Amino acid sequence: MGRERDNGAGTGRWGGSMIESAAAILRIARRRPLLVQAALLLLALLLPLPLSDYYRTVAWRTGIYVLLGLSLNVVVGYAGLFQLGHAAFYAIGAYTAAILNLRCGVPLLAALPASVAVAGAAGYLITRPILHLRGDYLAIVTIAFGEVVRLALVNNLFGITGGANGLSGIDRPSLFGVELRAPIAHYYLMLFFLAVTIAAMHRLERSRLGRAWLCVREDEEAAAAMGIDATRVKLQAFVIGSAWAGLAGGLFAGKLTVVAPDLAKFMESVVLFCIVVLGGTGSIPGVFVGACGMVTLPELFRPLRDWRDAWLGITMVVMMIARPEGIWPSRRVQMEIRGEKEEARAPAG
Amino acid sequence: MSPDPRQAAAERPLLEVQGLVTTYGHVEALKGIDLAVEEGEIVALIGANGAGKSTTLRAISGIAPASAGRILFAGEELRGLPAHRIVAAGVSHAPEGRRIFGTLTVAENLRMGAYSLGSDRGAIAENRERVYRLFPRLAERRDQLGGTLSGGEQQMLCIGRALMARPRLLLLDEPSLGLAPLLVKTIFDTIREIHARGVTVLLVEQNARAALRLARRAYVLETGRIALSGPAAELLADERVRRVYLGAG
Repeated sequence: MGRERDNGAGTGRWGGSMIESAAAILRIARRRPLLVQAALLLLALLLPLPLSDYYRTVAWRTGIYVLLGLSLNVVVGYAGLFQLGHAAFYAIGAYTAAILNLRCGVPLLAALPASVAVAGAAGYLITRPILHLRGDYLAIVTIAFGEVVRLALVNNLFGITGGANGLSGIDRPSLFGVELRAPIAHYYLMLFFLAVTIAAMHRLERSRLGRAWLCVREDEEAAAAMGIDATRVKLQAFVIGSAWAGLAGGLFAGKLTVVAPDLAKFMESVVLFCIVVLGGTGSIPGVFVGACGMVTLPELFRPLRDWRDAWLGITMVVMMIARPEGIWPSRRVQMEIRGEKEEARAPAG
Repeated sequence: MSPDPRQAAAERPLLEVQGLVTTYGHVEALKGIDLAVEEGEIVALIGANGAGKSTTLRAISGIAPASAGRILFAGEELRGLPAHRIVAAGVSHAPEGRRIFGTLTVAENLRMGAYSLGSDRGAIAENRERVYRLFPRLAERRDQLGGTLSGGEQQMLCIGRALMARPRLLLLDEPSLGLAPLLVKTIFDTIREIHARGVTVLLVEQNARAALRLARRAYVLETGRIALSGPAAELLADERVRRVYLGAG
């Protein structure tokens, strides 16, 4: 009996107690979500204090990618749609803020709502005609649209995007007359929007629209039979996701003071897609894990940065075989993916 | 706009399908179906596999596109409307294979059935209580995930979910498929009860005998066309129907 139990645990006493205490922490975390959220917020507030400016910028970058990952998660995670051109909306948001600032003298923070609106409107216009496409076909078309946006920026669209060099000399955002110059100021600005976004996403998941996305993702036909307008809710996912990417773009423009067509390049969209899928589709903590893996780690370890594309490919292949639902997936997505796998394994008939 | 739609609706059947054609690629699944369902009836649609029974229901509820014909429901043309508008008009579809949302609980599945009611909490709660009275088993399992229910319970959930939108017309596709004989009886008893509460039912069934016993009238479909129609009792006695669909020598 005793031997059997040891074999069953399989990890030895030390590993077992580690797992037990981790499970105990998770149990407490489940029961007291507010406590966890408060602790995490405090951690995020204190995080940059001991860091150098370089690492503060790394933390800011990670946060921007979490923001982008959360925006893409609406499309990929909640609504279950492919979007491999998401960086285009990031770029559109950045360019909107840049152009308004440079041409019309709008202060950067005041331009942020326009970044959100223009990226959302672009999301509407671009995805409206392709909503009936499914799976791989949708993925291909979104890649193409992403490239179209990038090339339009390179070719100096309407003569206001500055061509291949992009636009520079954008004002930094200023708050109450103080120009935000230091990385730590940008970090806190990003953190504010990130906290708002997480709260919004949390609500969105549990809203009527969130439930409609879930049904469309699981079974579009059954969803239609329930009276859910699948086309409409998919479009809403694209518009919300694009608009939110535009916000991240506006923040980016204010920090770097330079925007370039490279923001919309395909590899950037791939990185965003990987943040969502590797981190855990449909899950807010998963996006954090994904952004840390795709952005922070390569920043901290040079060898990873030089080999990032290779590391991306290898991770993607290994993950899709071993854990297709991602590192920290939402429970529902996990059930869906595992269920599909079992169905595929079960003999037909 | 017809001059007086209300009056027209009162004289006409609740559902009137005329010359309905549906094609999948180059294959005509329905080659011109005419059928009618009066308010307060149970009408059965029977026929062999691939005759077009499910396609007929799917075309009525807007899930499968109808390329020609008319689908009049309470005087309103449904053909060409998207599925969600048809649900809102009062037609609910309990699809073949149950199509339960496996990662949602029983209660959440029911909630989705009431999607067309918007956020009218009062009406949703009232409908939910009605469904729980009809299927006490669902009330017991309200917090269980849809995917973990037995086949019979999933069928109850499928019907209950369709009822959440408070339809005037309920389209039931193969409710007895894959169920044990005892459960089939339970499901058919429930359909009778739903009907007794004022819901009109259009039923598609493989189990022709049970369907003909339940229904008032029936249509027999053969390769996309109506081959026979009439009062269910007559069809039950019809020599050809008995031989082909009821397996009687």
